[in-house]
Amino acid sequence: MKPNNERNMMTGSKIIIESLIKEGVDTIFGYPGGAVMNIYDELLNYADKINHVLVRHEQGAAHAADGYARASGKVGVVLVTSGPGATNTITGIATAYMDSIPIVILTGQVPTNLIGNDAFQEADTVGITRPCTKHNYLVKDVKNLARTIKEAFYIASTGRPGPVLIDIPKDITSSVCEFDYPEGIELRSYNPTYFGHHVQISKVVKELLNAKRPLLYIGGGVIISNAAAELKELAELFDLPVTSTLMGLGGFPAEHSLFFGMLGMHGTYAANMAISNADFIIAIGARFDDRVTGKVEEFARNAKFAHIDIDPSSIGKNVKIEIPVVGDVKAVLNSLLEMLSTKSKEISSTQYDRLKWLEDINIWKYEHPLSYEMNDVIKPQYVIEKIYELTEGSAIISTEVGQNQMWAAQFYKFNNPRTFLTSGGLGTMGYGFPAAIGAQIACPEKTVFDIAGDGSIQMNIQELATAVQYNLPVKIAIINNNFLGMIRQWQELFYKKRYSFSEMNVNPDFVKLAEAYGAVGLRATKPNEVEDVIKKALSIKKPVIMDFVVAKEESVYPMVAPGAPITGMLLV
Amino acid sequence: MEKTHILSILVENEAGVLARVSGLFSARGFNIDSICVAKTLEKNESKMIITTSGDTQILEQITKQLNRLINVIKVQELTDEDSVVRQTVLIKVNADETTKSDIVRIKDIFSGRIIDVSRNSYTLEVTGSERKIESLIDILRPLGIKDIVMTGIVAIQRARKLN
Repeated sequence: MKPNNERNMMTGSKIIIESLIKEGVDTIFGYPGGAVMNIYDELLNYADKINHVLVRHEQGAAHAADGYARASGKVGVVLVTSGPGATNTITGIATAYMDSIPIVILTGQVPTNLIGNDAFQEADTVGITRPCTKHNYLVKDVKNLARTIKEAFYIASTGRPGPVLIDIPKDITSSVCEFDYPEGIELRSYNPTYFGHHVQISKVVKELLNAKRPLLYIGGGVIISNAAAELKELAELFDLPVTSTLMGLGGFPAEHSLFFGMLGMHGTYAANMAISNADFIIAIGARFDDRVTGKVEEFARNAKFAHIDIDPSSIGKNVKIEIPVVGDVKAVLNSLLEMLSTKSKEISSTQYDRLKWLEDINIWKYEHPLSYEMNDVIKPQYVIEKIYELTEGSAIISTEVGQNQMWAAQFYKFNNPRTFLTSGGLGTMGYGFPAAIGAQIACPEKTVFDIAGDGSIQMNIQELATAVQYNLPVKIAIINNNFLGMIRQWQELFYKKRYSFSEMNVNPDFVKLAEAYGAVGLRATKPNEVEDVIKKALSIKKPVIMDFVVAKEESVYPMVAPGAPITGMLLV
Repeated sequence: MEKTHILSILVENEAGVLARVSGLFSARGFNIDSICVAKTLEKNESKMIITTSGDTQILEQITKQLNRLINVIKVQELTDEDSVVRQTVLIKVNADETTKSDIVRIKDIFSGRIIDVSRNSYTLEVTGSERKIESLIDILRPLGIKDIVMTGIVAIQRARKLN
């Protein structure tokens, strides 16, 4: 062993930061506290290498890291203290877990000798986060710190990605040991399958060539695996119609003639009719969520399914799959394209049926397009269409949850991956604004919008201070109907208009609120003011809140009642 | 069809791994009918034998979900046909002058042992299949069972027979 003065001795705190730098981390979203004070002290020495973003609530840190990860494809990093610092991140971690987003959360912990003692600011963080992380660690020896960080980044970003948490007791951050960052990694029990099985893929080819009414049903996996280009090639090669889940939006250009919109509870008429009438469906990185399938027994009853997914447990979970293909979407699509490239002529036998099929879907599309009626009050859909127009479809859009989310999904046309950030799985109100902050930091040159409701924006409004502090020009468009709109809509449709606690009787003056934080507040109360407000917001290089006072009782249509088959759409 | 399944799960011997596995079962609404965990010959590995119930689709989901856990190395279903399944029971049963000889005979029939004796009770140790244990309990019940402790089920795959 080398003498101490020749070895690369470091404190745990320094090891943590050096390890993060080795992983290519340049941004941390965090909030200091007692158990992480050593790490924070060390962080000051790295101000030129690591941009630490001080949030105003730890939940904001987790969502911001998530938004950063979704927009950039990189791993988002969170640093918070023990006890309440850790528990405050739980909603953010669970959100990332449900949507398979790679983030690494570093939580402080009380010193090892106090663990289990009900010490000040102690919580069983590893126990609490076990069901909502892909994996988690408690580091009990400083010698394991570097390796643990290496593993955490590897696990978070490979296979089906997800959040990984590392709980670090305070004494570990001050202990000293040699820093030697592992080069490679070997995890015996973790080996995700990337390349699909040749035999399975050839079965997909065969079915695809024989299908008369084929359909591609895409999900978030297309975006996670950066497979938008391969998907487009496949769709165009055989003129395959495409429908997407909420999470898949942006994975295929919305303005493409083969795209028929989102399917499911608030899906388009064309998408829901197409999936119900298709004879062969390739599910690509999607997981047959109940909001997509409606009554699962009646979902796509006429179809055979192929399902491409990196997570075997997603395949056959809700719907019987004839051709499972376990693998990374991008890798599998590349193999599929390679096999298909030699077969393009064999398609002729079903060509006539396929043309007819595309015509049918187009008829559905023109019979019942997404629509709304204009009058003298602002319609939420109009606001979103205007945002789309004025940003020329190039903005990153995050959403909160509820009507604002569904209208954004329906009326903003997402042509590029990683431009739509929304909590699809957990459905977290309060996600959108901090996620927009993370996305703006990841993509400083882009216009970032949070499409919010008056209810959900108040769940993480404190992050306005963060946006102002770091001069992030995030635009918040509040679709303000003084209601928890989606709750109100359900109460209207299924509870005889008994509006139980869904009205926001008291809301702040959002314009004044923005000003109080040092941001800019704008308001539109009439349709003809909408465009000017958005234009003005776009011209201001500061965080802006736009308060759009919209029709109070507008609903999202089409809508499928929960538990009903998705062909049973309420259209307007 | 609802059926009992025996899963042999090889895991990394790390803190919290039992909590990960049992937490997965409860979080996803699967049942654990019995569970046995112990070390193996490898220093860093443990073996869990879990019995659970459900149809084949549920079993497939359990297996896939277990494989998602980072610490799970291998999951294997053991069937009655290709494996040996055993359970051990300790039963403390009332014993008086009229029943003592019966208990000894029952013990012999079940190839068990008497491991503790007092003036008015015998404690039996019996190992066997689940069914054998059940019939032992049925037979002893009329005598008055004072206490009973069972291990979970352990199972091992049979060596492949050469034809």
